[in-house]
Amino acid sequence: MGAQLRIYRRRMRSVKATKKITKAMELISASRIVKAQQRVAASSPYATELTRAVSALATFSNVEHPLTAAVTDAKRAAVLIIASDRGMAGAYASNAIKEGDQLTSLLKSRGLEVDHYLVGRKALNYYRFRNRPIAASWTGFSDNPTYDNAKEIADTVIASFLQETGADELHIIFTEFVSMITQRPLAKRMLPLEVVESSKPPADGPLPLYEFEPSAADVLDALLPRYVESRIFNALLQSAASEHAARRRAMKSATDNAEELIKSLTRRANAARQAEITQEISEIVGGADALASATTGGE
Amino acid sequence: MSIRVELVSAERRVWSGEASIVLARTTDGDLGVMANHTPTFGVLVNGVVTIRTENDGDVKAAVHGGFLSVSDNRVSILAEIAELGTEIDVNRAKEALARAQREAADDLAEARAQTRIAAAVN
Repeated sequence: MGAQLRIYRRRMRSVKATKKITKAMELISASRIVKAQQRVAASSPYATELTRAVSALATFSNVEHPLTAAVTDAKRAAVLIIASDRGMAGAYASNAIKEGDQLTSLLKSRGLEVDHYLVGRKALNYYRFRNRPIAASWTGFSDNPTYDNAKEIADTVIASFLQETGADELHIIFTEFVSMITQRPLAKRMLPLEVVESSKPPADGPLPLYEFEPSAADVLDALLPRYVESRIFNALLQSAASEHAARRRAMKSATDNAEELIKSLTRRANAARQAEITQEISEIVGGADALASATTGGE
Repeated sequence: MSIRVELVSAERRVWSGEASIVLARTTDGDLGVMANHTPTFGVLVNGVVTIRTENDGDVKAAVHGGFLSVSDNRVSILAEIAELGTEIDVNRAKEALARAQREAADDLAEARAQTRIAAAVN
């Protein structure tokens, strides 16, 4: 076997091995997207009910609460960035981080100091490498978050929000799962809470006039942190679904590229094999010719 | 007359169906909700919620960090963690209780385990 042919065969073998890996990752992600989507759907009754309750409270009681009171002279903002723990998902993590950078510069132009809270090793490494200060970070659950994770994050940011010297605003950056093909990084303000009241009246009639037990203020005290937790949980779940979708897409195109490479390498290997055969034949023919002319010349 | 009940935890819908009465304990005390109850919103203490159905007997659930909201003949019980009594593994809950009691500092886990056992045993 010629040297050229051997090199092609070796490259084909390595590309084939890579293709196997990317194909496997594609399939794994594809199955996990479905699971992640189901989790988003499963958590939505809780979020809907909670939102309804919070809107009812906000509409019928004029109780002031530190989590809803807007600070007029905000000095410090907290930004929670949700990225992934692992790469191999195309631009998923860097898109979220970039969105965070944009928001940070926007907040800084308003004269705010910005604290960063990070979820996911990718974001953490990005900030560490650039020696940027990190207020807090969480890793290890970006592809399969639980409610406890959301609670932990919410506790930390709410604690900072309630501190006298802490953040006056909290923004969250996550990746919205629009569809299997589209995932969009989004920046949203979480605190102070703007209670989302949809413009159209709810399908099941106007909000009822609730009686509160024990009192509106106490209920609000208990309810608002849960509301923040549930919003963060929803953001984590959506980001997880987006991460899997992004990874599936990245791995799909890697697999396609590998197939393309294998195809062109096969062509070149075939050409090299042909060239080798042709050369051998012409060498044999040449040798036979030389032999023939030598014997006839000798007579 | 029956009342529609939804028991949802943060991660999923745990139970939904019709019931004749829902018994829960709010921070103000025990509360029974039947059909045509006035719209109410209450904070639940960690404990057992009983949903009495007309045909299938009682459904008990261990509820942690929950709320109860009543409106339009609908009861929604929202909880960070909610488990049906039938889904709880009593042995594991007992182990958790023993563990929590050993580590004296963990009152929360101890209360949690006790609630789970109470929901499962009855």
